[in-house]
Amino acid sequence: MRVLAALSGGVDSAVAAARARDAGHDVTGVHLALSRQAAGAGSRGCCTREDARDAQRAADVLDLPFYVWDLSTEFSAQVVDDFVAEYAAGRTPNPCLRCNERIKFTAVLARALALGFDAICTGHYARLVDGPDGPELHRAVDTDKDQSYVLGVLQPHQLAAALFPLGGDTKRAVRAEAAHRGLAVAAKPDSTDVCFVPDGDTAGFLSRTLGPAPGPVVDVDGVVLGTHGGTYGFTVGQRRGLRLGRPAADGRPRYVLAVSPVTRTVTVGPRERLSVTRVEGVRPRWCGPAPTRPLRCTAQLRAHGMAVPALAEHRADADGERVLVRLDEPLLGVAAGQAVVLYQGTRVVGSATVDRVA
Amino acid sequence: MAYLDHAATTPMLPAARAVMTAELHQVGNASSLHAAGRRARRVVEESRESVAAAFGARPSEVVFTAGGTEADNLAVKGLFWARRAADPARRRIVASPVEHHAVLDPLSWLVEHEGAQVSWLPVDRLGRVSAADVTAAIAADPSSVAYVTVMWANNEVGTVQPVAAVAEAAHAFGVPVHSDAVQAAGVLPVDFAASGLDALTLSGHKIGGPLGVGALLLGRGTEVTALLHGGGQERDVRSGTLDVPAVAGFAAAAEASRTDRVARSARVAGLRDALVAAVLAAVPDARLNGDPDPAGRLPGNAHFSFAGCEGDSLLLLLDARGIACSTGSACSAGIAQPSHVLLAMGADEASARGSLRFSLGHSSAPGDVAAVADAIGPVVARARGAGVVAARTV
Repeated sequence: MRVLAALSGGVDSAVAAARARDAGHDVTGVHLALSRQAAGAGSRGCCTREDARDAQRAADVLDLPFYVWDLSTEFSAQVVDDFVAEYAAGRTPNPCLRCNERIKFTAVLARALALGFDAICTGHYARLVDGPDGPELHRAVDTDKDQSYVLGVLQPHQLAAALFPLGGDTKRAVRAEAAHRGLAVAAKPDSTDVCFVPDGDTAGFLSRTLGPAPGPVVDVDGVVLGTHGGTYGFTVGQRRGLRLGRPAADGRPRYVLAVSPVTRTVTVGPRERLSVTRVEGVRPRWCGPAPTRPLRCTAQLRAHGMAVPALAEHRADADGERVLVRLDEPLLGVAAGQAVVLYQGTRVVGSATVDRVA
Repeated sequence: MAYLDHAATTPMLPAARAVMTAELHQVGNASSLHAAGRRARRVVEESRESVAAAFGARPSEVVFTAGGTEADNLAVKGLFWARRAADPARRRIVASPVEHHAVLDPLSWLVEHEGAQVSWLPVDRLGRVSAADVTAAIAADPSSVAYVTVMWANNEVGTVQPVAAVAEAAHAFGVPVHSDAVQAAGVLPVDFAASGLDALTLSGHKIGGPLGVGALLLGRGTEVTALLHGGGQERDVRSGTLDVPAVAGFAAAAEASRTDRVARSARVAGLRDALVAAVLAAVPDARLNGDPDPAGRLPGNAHFSFAGCEGDSLLLLLDARGIACSTGSACSAGIAQPSHVLLAMGADEASARGSLRFSLGHSSAPGDVAAVADAIGPVVARARGAGVVAARTV
């Protein structure tokens, strides 16, 4: 196959490209330039000049043709603007899912296919397994590194053109392999946080982007406990940084229970109020055939969160498609905007974007 | 492989490789007084004479540098500082907007850090400035002008500039002129004395010499302030121990260009004409940028815009077929920017992005042209498909 390997400049994508090449594919490396403000932004994330150079160096060591594709316009419109708009609307988005869905496996994939490539190879820790209905997406063997959650938005036509060579290995083994292959990125630290917020200060980024929007912090009875500078600085389940001054009457810690940008209100309360047993989502994305009847599965609501047993149901009506998930065990602090990813065993069934919880 | 990127760098000529290789076996600092130093100095000075002879300069006018970029920086910054030191009012630089980044970026730096102003000359659709516009730009306020800089020939679209006329126009006001002749040297009759220029940039590896060496030809009456301070080499204008092997290789290439240039350029121009004809035959709506008249164009340059394509898609697809060419535009971390040259010539951003430069040189052969003739039709068709897809996903 002709394979386009996305090289982020990190160790995982470099080893993935090397394995694709060793498997006999005709591999070309491409680094996705996602930010126009790349220069001097530090080494974190996936869009700095240093990362581009590391990606090029890895391609050179592997003797792969290497190009940089400028996806900054698409990334800004599809990922960054969406991220800001979601927070502004009081939701908590996951930009990595969004990037995989809209950038890597839509914009880049479309261009790759048009240029004659057969597949895109990335360094994600997930496995593709041939199943009766086509390729199935499964969790990685290394459960600590498993990234199937952020791929839960990929549909069959996208999975059919994907290559995830690292899903069967541990990060430790991949690092060792990188060193053995002479890849200088072998010891490079993992990227963390949101790549377009290189200093890691998401609240600061949002307040710079959205401007101040002060409002009250209230308890469940509506009693004003304090003020805040903008609802976008808060996410459901958050405990720290509330700056309420005096403790609750019962002395117990308080958590963010709800964020309402329209009224600019942040509601706080006790931990048990975060408990959620029912999650509803919109924009379902099925990794295989859509389930036609209620599905026993496990549901995961964070990239590295626990999956809990659940019953999921796909409904399509005049209001559009919805996914209803009843959790067998309560989860704490589920925010609108998060993705609920459904699994059967290790297989990813699909996902939806949470819009209601109860 | 069909190597059609000679404007980026061209293979070393056998003569240059031979003298440079021999010199790598020798020891000697050309500034030393002992026998080894004397031997090295003799090589350097003979090289200086060869370079001077090849480009119509006096040996004392040759300042060796570590390449074209350094020579451009020395001219652009050094002339500004020297002129301003002599007369603080002279802070205005008259420049063409189609210069290489080795000129543009030092100009921007002077504007940002040194209080310089730049008067940008207009260019026509072929990317050419006019001497009349130079006159007009200076005449607006002659006493404020530090100098004029206009390249000899453009690295992207190959347009040859009327540098002698520019020099004449500027000299009418007593204003000195620098020209970046990196692309012109070795293929056009670049004669420093006849051109009337005051400073001229040369690069070793563009004429079949080694990488990492170049020269600024600097008229005897022209003052520049040094960028590099140290041992006082090169008339105190450019300190640093001379790279004797590189200088010798550069001189050998200059010498070869003096003897072989006319025949070589004619042969290269013939191949270029065949390549242009083949591309236009395979892709009838391709547009040749720059001067269609061979007399106004670098002999090895063929530069096209392909509507509906991304230049880097074309590059990738041609590379996969063993054809090396260039989008001819500047890169920042490898991100293709729309060419400032094409934009200055009036192109819109989309067609500036869908452009490709094929550049031929001394080692080019008919097989290179045949490879492009075979590949360009299908490659453009495929890139157009990808271009449309990319636009739709935005």
